This record gives sequence, structure tokens and C-alpha cells, in this order.
Amino acid sequence: MPIHEKHLIRPENIKSHEKLVLDGIDVSGHWSTFIETRVVKDYNENLEVEIAALPGGENIHRCWQCGSCTNSCTVNAINPDFNPRFWIYLIRLGMEEELLRDKDIIWQCVSCNKCTYACPRDVAPEGVMKATAHWLELKGHTKPSPSTIFDDVFTEQVVATGVIEDGLVLRNFFKRTGQSLNQPWLVEMIKRMMAHLPVAMLMKMGLATLVHPRTGNWGAARDAINEYVAEQDAHHRQALGLESLVEMARQEATKPFQHAAE
Amino acid sequence: MTDNRAEKYKKVAYYPGCALEGSGHAYNRSTKEVGKALGLELEDVKNWNCCGAMEVKNVDPKVQTYLSSRVMSQAVNEMGHSVVMAPCNGCYHNLKKAEYDLKNDEASRQVVNRISSKAGHKTYQAGEIETIHALDWIKHGIGEEGLKSRVKRSLKGMKVANYYGCMYTRPRHIFPEKDKGAGTESTSKPHFMDDLLAAAGADNVDFPLKTACCGGAHTLSDSDMSTKLVLNILKAAEASGANVIATECPTCHTGLEMHQIRAEKKFGVKTNVKILYFTQLLGLALGLTPRTVGVHENVSDSFALLKQQGLA
Repeated sequence: MPIHEKHLIRPENIKSHEKLVLDGIDVSGHWSTFIETRVVKDYNENLEVEIAALPGGENIHRCWQCGSCTNSCTVNAINPDFNPRFWIYLIRLGMEEELLRDKDIIWQCVSCNKCTYACPRDVAPEGVMKATAHWLELKGHTKPSPSTIFDDVFTEQVVATGVIEDGLVLRNFFKRTGQSLNQPWLVEMIKRMMAHLPVAMLMKMGLATLVHPRTGNWGAARDAINEYVAEQDAHHRQALGLESLVEMARQEATKPFQHAAE
Repeated sequence: MTDNRAEKYKKVAYYPGCALEGSGHAYNRSTKEVGKALGLELEDVKNWNCCGAMEVKNVDPKVQTYLSSRVMSQAVNEMGHSVVMAPCNGCYHNLKKAEYDLKNDEASRQVVNRISSKAGHKTYQAGEIETIHALDWIKHGIGEEGLKSRVKRSLKGMKVANYYGCMYTRPRHIFPEKDKGAGTESTSKPHFMDDLLAAAGADNVDFPLKTACCGGAHTLSDSDMSTKLVLNILKAAEASGANVIATECPTCHTGLEMHQIRAEKKFGVKTNVKILYFTQLLGLALGLTPRTVGVHENVSDSFALLKQQGLA
């Protein structure tokens, strides 16, 4: 099916009557199948600009819809609904409502970079997927995905200490996503891991959970990174028109109350 | 590239990265031991930091560029090295990516310069250091012939599926030295690990998923997806006749081990192929004991296989 028809021919747009006679001709069932008219009135003309304002989305305008990204995509091979080419098409047209139908799977890009490797136009579709996932979260269309939570847990630790300790990342991630550490496969993995380990090594691992490693003289780097990230966040919110919304809401909230009679 | 690399790689800066200090400890141990056995010297990068892994770029790509640039700055400015070796695909990839961005993108240079000056260290300048992977290090530092002459116990009978993962070859543009014809690494069909293990006597199998993705970026945040992707790799390796998968990345390695168990516990799919770092296999061929190369630190239990093959 050509990609521009994909969103028209959805099950809910296809109508057929089990019993229908038109001008004396029986057109029941298949014979009466038609596609319901769909009027698009929800264009977001800024959609492409908004995605392009977020890191990774910069080159979306270069896409000429060849489909190499979807063709090479790791996740598409598992879930055919995961379709970078289609989403890039929708974003460039400004079809926000259509894009939102897939809002809960876009974050699942595994960053294998097969698309970026295959793309003949240097769109860097992997980056576009990340930018789109962030856009969905910044606009409030989705909650932070498990992937975003993991990125945050990880990055917070790197920025704070300069390094990460993988056991701590795992524990913090499970805690923040409300998952129990007591999962059968995890317990089994730790059991097998301990099977051949000498006591000294186990003690060292135990100590690592108490004494976290860190990079020396890291404080200034940490502050400089935090300052830069805060600036970038403000830029992104501005680009998505979120600053003015927040400002409007603030003004509404602080307006003196006026009686209707006045 | 002119070949003074055998000389140049004799002593290089070593960037183990966070994973090799934690879950990938066996890779750290075996890399150092293989270096010792081959007479290649490693000097740890002083006071290094995380390269940003696969996560920081999603918060901000330029912060990742800064983090990786600082590691290179340490190796150049604090230690005077001209080559830094990173065995972890993630670290290797990020240092290469930072090199590319700093060479080609003014905005990246500005951000890195700004954070570096505030952090109080010299800004890394593109071109000051060459980043290599452990595979380059052995391939060009010793070479197949050099390796052959040092083999004490051939890996003959070990049917190996060589698994390279994503970050070692993609995206192509950050690896300008690859795809340059004979003797260089290929990004579509990488072969350096195959070459080295073949020199050590291994029977490499024809493995179609050398550069498939293990889902490492979402190993915990989208575990079912990762388990499916890992199962593809494990099953393809078994179907290719492999009894062991050789890895060159701690994230891939841990992912394969973890999801092999998860597939068994959660989906009832059991696979028997073993998983070893390529440096562990090389170490065994060089006559090191399984303990010396950290086989006991792996989750995947290869002892029975190694005994059967006369390697333990």
C-alpha cells in the first residue's frame, strides 16, 4: 500500500453493509465496501520545525522517502508498526493526530544505527526517532518512557560523579520504575554469576556498593555540564512553544479575580 | 595508512571505561593478560570519566561529545599519548564520534571548549590522538603471523560465531579508516575478530548476524524486545554450528548472557551456545589458564566446553 494511503485505509475507515440494495441491485457484503471520507483538519504546520529543533531531528527535512530506514530497521523486523519512514512522512506533512496513534512505540528505537548507515540522504533517522520520542514527552502526549527514565538515571550519575557503577544504575532504575529486583531471571543470573567467583572478588563487588567510584576534581565539570543542559532545556521548550503556554497559564493564574458584573 | 602501527601500538593509553570495571570485568582482565602475553603495553588513562555510553546523548549529544573529549584530553595532555585503546564498543564508538564531530562541527567545538574551560582542563583538539579498538590493537600491533607463532594451544575444534554488534561499525562516517580495501576493516562484513581467532586455530562458522543488534540500549527498559533480539543471535549462532559466540563489547556480552537466562526463565526457550570475550579465547590459545582470563567471572559457564576442547 502506498504510504500516503496507509492512514486512510484503517479498519475503522472501511465500511460495508451486510445487506444493501441500491437501485434494485444487491450490493451486500464486499460489493458495498467503501472507504469513508476523511477530512484532515488538524495539521500542525510547525511539527517538522519543532522536531528539527530537538537534538537528532536537525536533518529531517532531507528525507526523500526512499524507505531504507524502515527496510533496515531492527525493531520493524519485530513489530511492523514501528515504521520510521512513515513517521518522518507524517511529521513533514504536519499530521500530528496520525503520528499520535503510534505515540506509545516510538521510544522503542534501540539506536542500532542501521537506518543511519543505510540512509542515502544523511537524515540520521535514529536521531529523528529520539527527537520525536522527546517531543512526545515534552508536549505531554506520553509519560517519560522507561528508556527516558533509564537515560536520566544513568546521566544523573555520570554528571554527579564522572563515572557510573552498573549495579547502582540497575538498582536506581528498578526503583524509579517501581519494579522489584526479585525477578526470577535476575536472581538466576546472579546465582550463576556467583557460582565460580572467588570470595575476594565478591567482597570487592560488595565494597563497590558502599564506596562509589568517582572521577577526581569533577566538581567544576559537573557544574559546567549542568549549566549547559539547563540552557538547552530552556531552548527546547521555547522552540516547542511551551514557554509561552507556561507564561500564559501563569498570567491567568495571577490575574486579579473580576466579577462578571464588572 | 602507512604501517608503523606495529611500533606505534606497542605502548598505548588504555581506556577501560565503566563497564569493564563492573559487569565486564572479565574483558578487562583478559585484555590486560593478553597484552602482557603479547608484549603490548597498556597505560591506564589517568583519572578518566565515563564516555557517556548510550544514554547521555539522549539527554544531550554535545554533553556526550564533551565527556568523550575529556578522556582523549587526559590521554594527550596529561600523559602525552598519541594512541588510546578502548576495548568497549560503546567507549570506542563515542570517542570516534567525538573525534568526528570536533573535526566537522563548529557548534560541537564551541560547547566542548566552553565546558572544558569551565572544568579547568585543556580542550581536546581533533586530530591529537588516534582512537583504536582492542581488535585494531592486536591485529596491527602483533598481526596474524605474530599471533600464530605465539599460540601454545590451538583453538582447533572451537566452532566460533564472531559477533561484532552495532557500535563497532555504525554509522560508517565516524570510522574514516574503515572500508578502505584490503587489510582494512569492513563496516558491512567486519572480519578482524575472525582473522585473529582463525590465526589462533579456531574454526569460525559462517555467522549471518555478525552486526545484528542485541537491544543493548534497552536491555532493562524494554527487556522483552532485547530478549527477542538476543534470541535471534543465539539461535542463528547455534544454527550456524557454533558452540561459542565470541564477543568484543561488554554491553553485547552481558546482554547475551542476561537474555539467554531471561529467555529460559520467562519464555521457556533454552539455548546452549556459550559466550566468551574474544580476548578470553586468545588468552587460552596463548597458554593462559581459564582463571587468568576470567572465565570464572562469566555468567555463561564455559568450563565443560573448554575441558572437552583441551583448553582447561
